[in-house]
Amino acid sequence: MADSSFPLLTLTAAVPAVGAIATAAVPAAKRELAKRLALGVSLVTLVLAAVIAVRYDPNGDRFQLTESRSWIADFGVRYELGVDGIAVVLVALTALLIPFVILAGWHDADPTGKQSSRWRPTQGFFALILAVEAMVIVSFLATDIFLFYIFFEAMLIPMYFLIGGFGDKAHEHGEEEAARQRSYAAVKFLLYNLAGGLIMLAAVIGLFVVTNDQLGAGTFSLQEILQARADGDLEISTNTERLLFLGFFFAFAVKAPLWPLHTWLPNAMGESTAPVAVLITAVVDKVGTFAMLRFCLGLFPEASDWATPVVLVLALVSILYGALLAIGQRDMKRLIAYASISHFGFIVLGIFAMTSQGHAGATLYMVNHGISTAALMLVAGFLISRRGSRLIADYGGVQKVAPVLAGTFLIGGLATLSLPGLAPFVSEFLVLVGTFSRYPAIGIIATVGIVLAAIYVLVLYQRTMTGPVAEKVAKLPDLRAREMLVVAPLIALLIGLGVYPKPLTEIVNPAVEHTMSDVQKSDPEPDVNPVEAAHE
Amino acid sequence: MESLIGLLVAAPLLGAAVLLCGGRRLDRTGHWLGTGLAFTSFVLGLVLFADMLGKDGEERALHSHLFTWIPVEGFQADAAFQLDQLSMTFVLLITGVGSLIHVYSVGYMEHDERRRRFFGYLNLFLAAMLLLVLADNFLLLYVGWEGVGLASYLLIGFWQHKPSAATAAKKAFIVNRVGDVGLSIAIMLMFVTFGTFAFEPVMNSVGETGEGKLTAIGLMLLLAACGKSAQVPLQSWLGDAMEGPTPVSALIHAATMVTAGVYLIVRSGAIFDAAPDAQLVVTIVGAVTLLFGAIVGCAKDDIKKALAGSTMSQIGYMILAAGLGPIGYAFAIMHLVTHGFFKAGLFLGAGSVMHGMNDEVDMRKYGGLRKYMPVTFVTFGLGYLAIIGFPGLSGFFSKDLIIEAAFAKGGTQGWILGGAALLGAALTAYYMTRVMLMTFFGEKRWEADAKGDMPHPHESPKTMTIPMIVLAIGSVGAGAFFDIGERFVHWLEPVTGFEHGHLPDGLSVPMVTGATVACMVLGVAAAWLQYGRRPVPAAAPRGSLLTRAARRDLLQDDFNHVALVKPGEYLTRGLVYLDHKLVDGIVNGTAAAFGGLSARMRRVQNGYARSYAVSMFGGAVVLIAATLLMRAV
Amino acid sequence: MNPVNYLYLAALLFTIGAAGVLIRRNAIVVFMCIELMLNACNLALITFSRMHGNLDGQIVAFFTMVVAAAEVVVGLAIIVSFYRSRHSASVDDAALMKL
Repeated sequence: MADSSFPLLTLTAAVPAVGAIATAAVPAAKRELAKRLALGVSLVTLVLAAVIAVRYDPNGDRFQLTESRSWIADFGVRYELGVDGIAVVLVALTALLIPFVILAGWHDADPTGKQSSRWRPTQGFFALILAVEAMVIVSFLATDIFLFYIFFEAMLIPMYFLIGGFGDKAHEHGEEEAARQRSYAAVKFLLYNLAGGLIMLAAVIGLFVVTNDQLGAGTFSLQEILQARADGDLEISTNTERLLFLGFFFAFAVKAPLWPLHTWLPNAMGESTAPVAVLITAVVDKVGTFAMLRFCLGLFPEASDWATPVVLVLALVSILYGALLAIGQRDMKRLIAYASISHFGFIVLGIFAMTSQGHAGATLYMVNHGISTAALMLVAGFLISRRGSRLIADYGGVQKVAPVLAGTFLIGGLATLSLPGLAPFVSEFLVLVGTFSRYPAIGIIATVGIVLAAIYVLVLYQRTMTGPVAEKVAKLPDLRAREMLVVAPLIALLIGLGVYPKPLTEIVNPAVEHTMSDVQKSDPEPDVNPVEAAHE
Repeated sequence: MESLIGLLVAAPLLGAAVLLCGGRRLDRTGHWLGTGLAFTSFVLGLVLFADMLGKDGEERALHSHLFTWIPVEGFQADAAFQLDQLSMTFVLLITGVGSLIHVYSVGYMEHDERRRRFFGYLNLFLAAMLLLVLADNFLLLYVGWEGVGLASYLLIGFWQHKPSAATAAKKAFIVNRVGDVGLSIAIMLMFVTFGTFAFEPVMNSVGETGEGKLTAIGLMLLLAACGKSAQVPLQSWLGDAMEGPTPVSALIHAATMVTAGVYLIVRSGAIFDAAPDAQLVVTIVGAVTLLFGAIVGCAKDDIKKALAGSTMSQIGYMILAAGLGPIGYAFAIMHLVTHGFFKAGLFLGAGSVMHGMNDEVDMRKYGGLRKYMPVTFVTFGLGYLAIIGFPGLSGFFSKDLIIEAAFAKGGTQGWILGGAALLGAALTAYYMTRVMLMTFFGEKRWEADAKGDMPHPHESPKTMTIPMIVLAIGSVGAGAFFDIGERFVHWLEPVTGFEHGHLPDGLSVPMVTGATVACMVLGVAAAWLQYGRRPVPAAAPRGSLLTRAARRDLLQDDFNHVALVKPGEYLTRGLVYLDHKLVDGIVNGTAAAFGGLSARMRRVQNGYARSYAVSMFGGAVVLIAATLLMRAV
Repeated sequence: MNPVNYLYLAALLFTIGAAGVLIRRNAIVVFMCIELMLNACNLALITFSRMHGNLDGQIVAFFTMVVAAAEVVVGLAIIVSFYRSRHSASVDDAALMKL
């Protein structure tokens, strides 16, 4: 297939990594240069991601553009990269969202004047964002489990600083309280994810031991393990497989996040700036659901099957619980965070429904949720930066003073509630259909989630945008050109992918088939075959 | 010809896109652009109609496959259109009435600074509604279904600065979402049962599956229809939806969108025909709603809310007819079309009255307007005669046929349904006569508005009266035109099928017609006794228990409030508390436990070198002891 | 003579040293006890060397002596400077290393 001589994948990950270092090194006085550099780097990465998407052949091998180098030979750790259809779209999503995150956060890290002139928050902010991008991309590309693990954990470091170091300029409880809550949120994020990661590390080592015992030489290579399982060379005993599965799943469930491991997300998203919140929920968290699909299902099909009932119930609880809590929030960023928890429930539901529609839907859901949440959250961020409050009650009548802002907010909201015609509908419906065809009761209960979504989105819109103009809202400016540049392409994508999702589904479908064969499942047959019925 | 179908939808969609993204420079011309594109759609519809008439009945359906929408393993959703006689009827109704209401809105919204946006939303509605009726599968229909919901949301809440409008819009969307759950589940059931959700394959293979599944699908479709068509128990949003500008009430909440539920049921006729239990529920819902809406309509003093109650009731008739199976489908659609004419006309008339009365909606503050607004009076009057079923006008034909079909269902069910429909006819005559008398007859009861201006009723501009006149002509003639020679039934027969209903023994067609007319006369007389003979009090009397309940929409909101809203609020508040205290409490508790443990453990580190030496020594001893023990074992 | 007796002696010396380290407060005495423990170890090492008939133990013993000498230099210097600042040689007076 594609010539492996040119390390396209490594380059895609290396560009933002090098860009991060370069951005960090920009002198304090040249802040604007740092911003432009970061934006430029993220755009180059986007181009590279597009090249990957074009070079990827849906009808070709499972993993393409592969690279493989020996790294820690004694422990069988290799530097192995490769993409399947699911990874392609997620790398594309990541590369796509980062320029918007950077553009939306253009002024978020400008120094406030209190710090000394040598303090370089702007450079740090954008360098950290690029560092996260690089690490997330490697996590999507890695086909070596150890390599994946390292970057899965390493991205916590820049994220920790992004959450703890940069917050909204104005806070309804004053600066000191804001700093305290930020540091609480950052530590909570870190500890939660580290705990998950450590348990996963144990499972990773456990997997090495198993492969070492059975294959003669221990390996972390996903492809080798999949091959060995397919050939029957690797037979993991039931209990071991279940334990290993739980180890992996726990880490991903924290990251995703799944109820009841979700409480770090509202804090982290609430206290960080809107672009960082987008980074958390739209980019970093996707690694969790992606890894469930790739590693949990791929490596441990029987254990996945065993755990399905529990996972489905947790996903269902996430959907309803996240939505209900979103309705009850008074802070719009936390509201969006709980909405995301509800959406992650849908993604996990799709993954563990173990149907083609569910898997394709879950993958599309990851992409669409990324775009729709980015649109909603970034517009909310623009609003918050204008008024200096995250509390819904502080707003009202924005529609009158800033109609474009309100309009884009509404479209973001409608995407969040999965309005047909916008991209999230396609994925949500696929997930629901995929779930329903195997587990009708769960599918029906999950469908109730769409009513709750309508409630939290429309209540948010009504309280902030409609009604009489609130006192401090009266002079809010409408969206500026830079902000339009952020929002308009996202909205165009939401509409475009809602009307014509075929380019995505074509890339995703073969990968879904592979996953379905990993878990040795086939879709439930309809009661009546319409083709046959027509012939009779 | 097939390619024109796409254009039909594309024209208003283009209008919506241009008007909503175009910005201020379109403020002066935008409304004519929107109106022009609506007319373009109408003309395209007429061209397709002419083409269709040139073919034989069975070969009239056109199909147009645009592209594959969602191709996933085992799941195929297409963006494809199907234009048959049923869709054609709707296309003409939607684009025809829609164009007229665009023209009307040019005058009605003249002084609104956001008129461009209003036309953008109207065009969006037309596009979505056309998509709804032209889709060739249920998933694409769902897109149109939610699209009209969105347009309805935007238009009800058009005057967003009024909290009541914003609340009403939200309520409409959320209640409709409950119905959408039904549609979603119905589509999923179809997918699981038939492996597809395109109309033709599903309807063709209905016979291959069991009645239980079909009943489930039917009931879920009915739930969807209840949401969109404001049928009991999802009816509560329609009255509040009158917060929107009056042209919106006329187009969306009377003539077209609210009838989408009827379309859905008639379109899925094959499923309902094979599931008698579901059909029975449909007729019950229709009968209950037709009485419910009529009772509410009798008590309302707000002219638009009285008409909204009437709309609910008339759609109840349609749903009832649709639930009767092949003997009723064609009549349901026929009543839908005639209702589209007269109810749109009535709403436009109401809008014209409000226009002249400083936007007053309380009929107790009207009175004696016939002299001041002659055109409005005549057109409204013709619409009134049509809706009460005055012999010869369109409502007479279409409603009478439904009442006959209800009796023709046979058995006790037939008597109950027919009786309900007759009672509904009497109530219709009563509340419509009441509206007519309170508005156009009697003493002037005008009052100054909030700003202190007395109303100066005057006839509305031509842009508003012409659509009213055209609709009045439709209200008068459409019924007879459709009914003579069973034209309409033959037109729809290839799609919906048709059977002549047979009245039970002891009943004949003239008897039913006579009873209908008698009921109408009774209703008119009762209203005249109450509102025509005596002056209307300017303040509403307290009224009987039933009147007071009807004024509150028969306590529907109170019920929803007590049964759903309040528990929901408690639930979310409780969960927020639990999430903070319990789920997060465990997390923070774990953190605190480690913190406390560390605080204890640090006491061991007391700084005395000798105590450290002891612990080292102890540790060494333990290690050695363990090693020795392991060796010994 | 049975070399095991030397081991008994080494163990005895080591125990006396350890007890001294744990019980005595005077830094000089503690220090001397540490030396005693080291020398007990040396004795044991040399005994092992003799028992096994190779020189490994003696080599290690030499290392120990070198390390002990270096330790004496550093340790005495610390004790002297501590005594200068506190006028005490009690190890319990140096309890500042707690959290």
